Amino acid sequence: MALPVYTSRLFRAWDIIFKCICTFVFFFLIAPIIVIIPLSFNAQDFFTFTPEMLNFQSEGYSLKHYNDFFTNVDWQTALTNSFRIAPLATLISVALGTVAAVGLSQSDVPFKKLIMAILISPMIVPLIISAAGMYFFYSRIGLQGTYIGIVLAHAALGIPFVIITVTATLVGFDKSLTRASANLGAGPMRTFFRVQMPLILPGVISGGLFAFITSFDEVVVVLFVGSASQKTLPWQMFTGLREQISPTILAVATILVILSILLLTVVELLRRRSERIRGISA
Amino acid sequence: MLFRSVENQIVSRTLPGTIEELSKWDDDSVLPSEQVYYQLAKDLKIAVENKTHTRLGSRLNYEMSGIASTFRKTGRSVKKWDIDQQINYKEKFLNIDKKWGNIEFWRLLKLYSPKVTSGYFLNAVDLIKTTEGISQRDETERIYLFLFQRTIYMSVLITLLCLLMGYPVAYLISRLPMKSANLLLIFVLLPFWTSLLVRTSAWKVLLQQEGVINDILVFVGLVGDLDRLQLINNQFGTIVAMTHILLPFMILPLYSVMKTIPESYVKAAKSLGANEWTSFRRVYFPQSIPGVGAGCILVFILSIGYYITPEIVGGTSGTFISNRIAYHISYSLNWGLGAALASILLVAVLILYYVYDKIIGIDNVKLG
Repeated sequence: MALPVYTSRLFRAWDIIFKCICTFVFFFLIAPIIVIIPLSFNAQDFFTFTPEMLNFQSEGYSLKHYNDFFTNVDWQTALTNSFRIAPLATLISVALGTVAAVGLSQSDVPFKKLIMAILISPMIVPLIISAAGMYFFYSRIGLQGTYIGIVLAHAALGIPFVIITVTATLVGFDKSLTRASANLGAGPMRTFFRVQMPLILPGVISGGLFAFITSFDEVVVVLFVGSASQKTLPWQMFTGLREQISPTILAVATILVILSILLLTVVELLRRRSERIRGISA
Repeated sequence: MLFRSVENQIVSRTLPGTIEELSKWDDDSVLPSEQVYYQLAKDLKIAVENKTHTRLGSRLNYEMSGIASTFRKTGRSVKKWDIDQQINYKEKFLNIDKKWGNIEFWRLLKLYSPKVTSGYFLNAVDLIKTTEGISQRDETERIYLFLFQRTIYMSVLITLLCLLMGYPVAYLISRLPMKSANLLLIFVLLPFWTSLLVRTSAWKVLLQQEGVINDILVFVGLVGDLDRLQLINNQFGTIVAMTHILLPFMILPLYSVMKTIPESYVKAAKSLGANEWTSFRRVYFPQSIPGVGAGCILVFILSIGYYITPEIVGGTSGTFISNRIAYHISYSLNWGLGAALASILLVAVLILYYVYDKIIGIDNVKLG
């Protein structure tokens, strides 16, 4: 943002201050996440930089926390549990969410706004309330503490994200394509899978990623609805943070940061691709 | 859950005969008749066999402390009784515990005999349902109103902080050319995508007394090594960590609104003689109001129900109402009270959600 020549001196000064503020905010956003990465290679069981680390001596660094993560039974069970729950929950969210979004995009749905509001609500309602409600409900119907129970709960939490992303891709969807396809003799199913689906696929996938990360990152509902045998990675981290705080958490955190960078990249690429396909931006 | 918050079947289910007999008891200045005590003995005998009397005891203990032990004590004796004999039960009960001769207790039992109660909700706002009607709790026992107040106060503070920090950044990003804007957006999106627990643990590590921030302060010489600052397990820690976590939710809606404001408006204002400040205040800011509204409501809704972060970095002075709900549901097992607190919170959030929907429209929410 180059300033025009006619700007006053006062405004030039303000512009510098403004940029400082913005830099500070960006620093505030990113620094806490970056700091934990070097800390996770700490050779000591401390949560701060040791003198050896600051002098970049190799004995100050080690992989022992990573080693602990990959050998400790508790962490490994938690990891396996997370990977057993998240993909299935994502699959359910994506299937139901896509269908709901496509259905709601039709113009003749009665109470459209109300249905939309109810479907989005799990994203807005505090997790603690959803968790408490599910706990009471599940203990009544016997799903409390079961694998299926958690998967269903996570699927419900993921659906809003799928609906939002799919609805966003449907905005630019040309209705005449489905009509053309029907005109050429394709049934509704075939039209959906062969014509509509490829076009909204970017939205579906990024919604799925959101749903996946929601499930993968979710603690509150698991704490209430799950039992000890369904301990997930976030649960293990949560108890770790509350009780026996160990630097292994930082190693796990670093791995998760890398995972989120990967996911972010994928979503960003998908978004651009989707906009290119639909010709919204060049 | 809403059902839970008013449910109160336990009294009538555990002591059906007693309640029936007790309904005939209208003169509450004298103790109930022998018949009531006889029914009580019969009901308790069954209850002891099913071990439900202790549960009833702990339920009534929420309203009048000490009752739980009375029930337990009585249960042990009732077990040995031979109910078929029609002897003086009133005296027998009084011999076990003097509380059975307390009229206050019988009034309470009658008060809580209906299947539905407002007792939990009253408890949740620090009122208590007594035999003389509804009254406020003692000054020292009022915690929930205070907690609601604190939750709202801290959420407002966090929202304002987010707005203060988010507005300049969103403005900057929206004014930059596409390429550098995308780069800076990643700085906003990365925290947004990073696991909540990762961010919370990062703050826990940073803010500890032996943590990085204190180390830097000591190194710079602002703080002595012995009086390191207490940055965590208090309100400060919660506010800092939650502002960080919720900031992207403020920046993204602001950005999407600001992107649509044409630069030419501000230029026009300036060419008409307005200075920088006036053109911002009179022309730019009003156009960004929808973004401000969207961001603020979103951040406020999210922060009011936060659980994880206050639980980990909040200590005792930085906890929210949701921590109390969790406590009642998983530790003290006072499900009714937990559900009542949650219902109040739910209503508050739903009202805000409705407002949000009216102003912005829920289908306009954008992610990433």
